[in-house]
Amino acid sequence: MDLAIVVFIQVLYAVASLVIISSGLAVIFGMMKVINLAHGEFMMLGAYAVIMSMRLGINLWVAMFIVAPLAVGLVGVILERMVIRRLYGRMVDTMLATWGLSLLLIGVVTSIAGNTTAGVSAPLSSFTIGAYSVSVYTLVIIAVAVGLGLAIRLILLRTQLGLIARGTMQNPNMADALGISPSVVYSVTFAVGAALSGLAGGLLAPLTGVVPTMGGAFVAKAFITVIGGGPAILAGLVSASTLFGSINQLATFITTPVLGEVALLAAAIVMLRLLPQGITGRFFKGTL
Amino acid sequence: MDRRFFIKTSGAALAGSVAPMFPLSAFAADEIVVGSVHDLSGGLDIYGKPMVDAMMLAIEEQNALGGLLGKKLRLASYDPQSNMQLYAQFAQQAALKDKAAVVMGGITSASREVIRPVLDRSKTPYFYNTQYEGGVCDRNTFCTGVTPAQTVSKLVPYAMNKWGKKVYVIAADYNYGQITSQWVKKFVQDNGGSVASIDFFPLDVTNFGPTISKIEAAKPDMIVSALVGGAHMSFYRQWAAAGLTKKIPLASTTFALGNEHIVLSAAETDGFLISYNYFQNLDTPENKAFKERFYKRFGSDYPNITELASASYQGFKLWAEGVKKAGSLDGEKVIAALESGISIVGPSGKVTIDPETHHCVLNVSIAEIRNKQLNIVKTFQQEKPSDTSAVCNLKKNPKDNQQYVIKV
Repeated sequence: MDLAIVVFIQVLYAVASLVIISSGLAVIFGMMKVINLAHGEFMMLGAYAVIMSMRLGINLWVAMFIVAPLAVGLVGVILERMVIRRLYGRMVDTMLATWGLSLLLIGVVTSIAGNTTAGVSAPLSSFTIGAYSVSVYTLVIIAVAVGLGLAIRLILLRTQLGLIARGTMQNPNMADALGISPSVVYSVTFAVGAALSGLAGGLLAPLTGVVPTMGGAFVAKAFITVIGGGPAILAGLVSASTLFGSINQLATFITTPVLGEVALLAAAIVMLRLLPQGITGRFFKGTL
Repeated sequence: MDRRFFIKTSGAALAGSVAPMFPLSAFAADEIVVGSVHDLSGGLDIYGKPMVDAMMLAIEEQNALGGLLGKKLRLASYDPQSNMQLYAQFAQQAALKDKAAVVMGGITSASREVIRPVLDRSKTPYFYNTQYEGGVCDRNTFCTGVTPAQTVSKLVPYAMNKWGKKVYVIAADYNYGQITSQWVKKFVQDNGGSVASIDFFPLDVTNFGPTISKIEAAKPDMIVSALVGGAHMSFYRQWAAAGLTKKIPLASTTFALGNEHIVLSAAETDGFLISYNYFQNLDTPENKAFKERFYKRFGSDYPNITELASASYQGFKLWAEGVKKAGSLDGEKVIAALESGISIVGPSGKVTIDPETHHCVLNVSIAEIRNKQLNIVKTFQQEKPSDTSAVCNLKKNPKDNQQYVIKV
């Protein structure tokens, strides 16, 4: 029984971490159609923001929830103004440009922080379920994922900001005609996407080693999740994370971590063959 | 003054100023080039930097003593940037263009296997100064690092005596981890214990949650880790976050080589056991003197003088000893001299080249991590590379040239 509960928590954790890793990309790629290959590096910047803040004596929670998203959001604004805005509507070109950005960011961070692994220790302690210990931080990740999902939904559906953003993405010319500056909306949306990536990096910093090249481990999973999710941003993100996260974690439990990864990728391939538009191309149509 | 004129005159002036001091050809003949191919950038630079620093120190010391055979030594250092193609190119450049008398380099087993045939062809003696999985058998190659029969055979029984018989093994999923975990299994069984499971992890795995639950379900007395690299460091964090560092003890064959004990917090690593040839805390007069020279050259804030740095230093010393004995730089003569069973006293103690395997007989210590320090708990004198010598005898078969995968 206690094993079942632990497995359930671990599966929830896997789903939650996919939601957190992919939310920034869901905004930038899902909404804005920018193939952001620098997504992993945005996360890396978030993780470094946390490490730098810790060295400056800032509280870990402040660093994770405030400094990391703000810092990376700011980087997002600058990069959007300098590079991305010239490439809207040119998907393949954004891929090339953001790939270049990813190499640039890795190089810059390497030359500043060095190519050594840094990191912070996980905060909070652990509790036991029967014979098993579970880290409290695991529950924090699950809670943040739920909170993130709710926040995205509320902002996009219930606020004027969300309405404007969705409208502009759908038809920028019409938005322009109605007196809304698409360029500002794009800029803000990109910054929000970058900030979400930064938050993800900050949250993962206590769980992984922080190196300039750490982004590579996450970018593929984020893309698989967002593409597997399909056109609806939030429903797609949550449904794809649930599917892939559960498959990955259960397969890992039953077999090995290697086969867990294989199961995730195999599931993604089979799913895209059956549902080429992603999950929300067939189900949950018309939702957000 | 136009550009062409400037180049002509300045070129002539430069040639004129240099020529009287050192006629170019004579200059080249008067120095001995020592080739170094170690990663100084990219993912492996944490390992490569201390190795090159140690070689630099060794060469400067040799030069201060008047060089070798009356000639000064020069280090030709190449940085393959953690890229295998560059390894082949730079090894070739060092051997053919620089005409290096010896090449030292390679960190991962993959890079060693790239360099080895290149230097075999050019008949340039090759030193591989990294602890590895054992089994390389090649007359032109000398492996000065420790192998599993030297470290794992000591670490596993020691830890089992202390903690218990049921062992859970986690390892990196490439040849080092695969082979080393088999050695761990062998020594656990030889010692009357049992292996609950061996789990392998690709180098980019960062989520160890399910593994940690599995380990708890298996209820082992101890863990042996052969995890490698930055991503795998998250295992130790998650292990500590789940509160298990204090419940299930851990021994490792790789921990601290990349200074993990400095990056992680003391609470996350206290009590881990590791085993290598060299530790910074070794309490011998040779090591004290070595550390003093090292800190003087590279600054007293040097984070940690690693096993790999000491092995590089000792590798160079062994080669220099061989050259002195041979009285020549000729590859064949130097190899013959090294094969006569040459030994030196390095920072880690006495190191002797085993003529039959071209590996080293050396001291091995077990250390316990306490408060970010590696404290030595036990030292074993003059351990032989018995894993490689079970399959390799270069005295009998000097033409042998392969890496044996040792059947455990």
